[in-house]
Amino acid sequence: MRAILFLLITASLALAGGAARAVPLIADIDRHLVAITTDFTGSELLIFGSIDLEDEDDAEIVVVVFGPNEEVVVRRKDRVAGMWINQAAMTFSRVPAFYHAATSNPEGVTLPATARARHQIGTDNIRMRGPEDAPEDSVEVFKEALLRNKIAIGHYVSDRGLIERRGKLFRTSVAIPSNVPVGTYTVETLLIANRQIIGAQTTPLFVSKVGVGAQIYRFAHVEPLIFGIVAVLIAVAAGLGANYMFRKV
Amino acid sequence: MHIYLPIAEMSVNIFLILGMGAGVGMLSGIFGVGGGFLMTPLLIFMGVPSPVAVATEANQIVASSVSGVMAHWRRGNVDFKMGTVLLVGGFFGSTGGVFLFKYLQSLGQIDFVIKLSYVVFLGIIGSLMMVESLRAMFKSRSKTGRVSRGKLHQHNWLHGLPFKMRFRKSKLYISALLPLGIGFLVGVLSAIMGVGGGFVMVPAMIYLLGMPTVVVVGTSLFQIIFVTANATIFQASLNQTVDVVLAVMLLVGGVVGAQVGTKIGVKLKGEQLRGLLAAMVLAVCLKLLFDLVIEPSDIYSIGVMGGH
Repeated sequence: MRAILFLLITASLALAGGAARAVPLIADIDRHLVAITTDFTGSELLIFGSIDLEDEDDAEIVVVVFGPNEEVVVRRKDRVAGMWINQAAMTFSRVPAFYHAATSNPEGVTLPATARARHQIGTDNIRMRGPEDAPEDSVEVFKEALLRNKIAIGHYVSDRGLIERRGKLFRTSVAIPSNVPVGTYTVETLLIANRQIIGAQTTPLFVSKVGVGAQIYRFAHVEPLIFGIVAVLIAVAAGLGANYMFRKV
Repeated sequence: MHIYLPIAEMSVNIFLILGMGAGVGMLSGIFGVGGGFLMTPLLIFMGVPSPVAVATEANQIVASSVSGVMAHWRRGNVDFKMGTVLLVGGFFGSTGGVFLFKYLQSLGQIDFVIKLSYVVFLGIIGSLMMVESLRAMFKSRSKTGRVSRGKLHQHNWLHGLPFKMRFRKSKLYISALLPLGIGFLVGVLSAIMGVGGGFVMVPAMIYLLGMPTVVVVGTSLFQIIFVTANATIFQASLNQTVDVVLAVMLLVGGVVGAQVGTKIGVKLKGEQLRGLLAAMVLAVCLKLLFDLVIEPSDIYSIGVMGGH
């Protein structure tokens, strides 16, 4: 179903592009809302579009998805009395909670370093704000550790050649793991030719909790005291219920 | 089949959680223990953030203690006066414990403190139980019966403390400071470790207070209900870490498991049971000790501020 939809949309995009020939890049996501429902186990997004160029074979496409900013503490464990205990810590702010970069070129992307940094292409170029008073080399070590941990839990992905191309059309999929935070994400699609960005499109993506789970979460954060009391009442009722049920048996 | 836990913010297998609830419930039915000291580490092992594991387990223990205390109440084995004094201490202990928890969390040391507390307490209790049950096994083989104590309990310096109170049901005339202190300590443990604290309180009541064994379990369960309820409410309102969805799944599994366990428990021998439980407690203790001692694969770890 989704594949047919994809074909229809991309085909119509391609036709429209052919007629106008003004916009070299058109891209979209299969949906703009990722709903975290009770049975949510992660989700796969489809990002697709078409390019309109004289010789599209030389063009490259890059898709960068990044998620809501958060403040992250990086801690280093050291051996104290034979045990590994958190010692030094460093806080980074404006760290994207989620990052996914894909390129159409299996060798990476042919862009100058400044442009790669500006568009946050590659995990090394993810922007974040480190502590200002700390020495630069130790900030670098902690930042590397942050990236390593984020990659290990699957929240940061940077892969070459993930974008499939067929003539003017392209598509790629982005796996959203089940433990990503809610918020507004940004999907940026870039069209590159001759080491230059000749087209860009930015699309928002919303990740939010819906349904019962969302209501429980909201309740827990808006009325935490009442939530706690209700949790206890549920437990008491369950305990009494269990006792009553099994006394009869 | 998976379910998304709204507070833990992760997706878990329903049957795994129900099975864990049933398994630990069965053990608690067999051995007559709360099972929090096994469930909380298990939840942490499977990736539930430790603050959520601790707070949610406190919530679940409310249910299992309510269910457990009823049987003891019907038999008249609850010393309400003693229980009330214990829970006054427990109330302050668990409230303070939640604040301590939040403070340790801000220092980034909460995981370490939780694990170390488990290692220390499980290590002590496990070794004591192991020694005791091995001794009992050898004794029962050399065909002497249980040694009967001449006195109800020994008198020591603890009986010289002020604020003496009479506890009719426990046949005790002791200082109120003792149960208050024990209650306080157990309250702190329940807030930090996500346990009912029965495994500390029961021996303390028998050996420190000298309470008759019949009323010990019922009274400790009575106290645990209120202390874990208090811990749950404070964890929910201060840290927002109580996951009701997880708690409900655990207690559904736990209730069924406990019933099965009680039936199995009747058929097994006491000393062997205690030896088995001791072995299990020591196994969890060792696993946690290794986590602390062995060099982690990455000595750097990350945590989100304002999250769990």
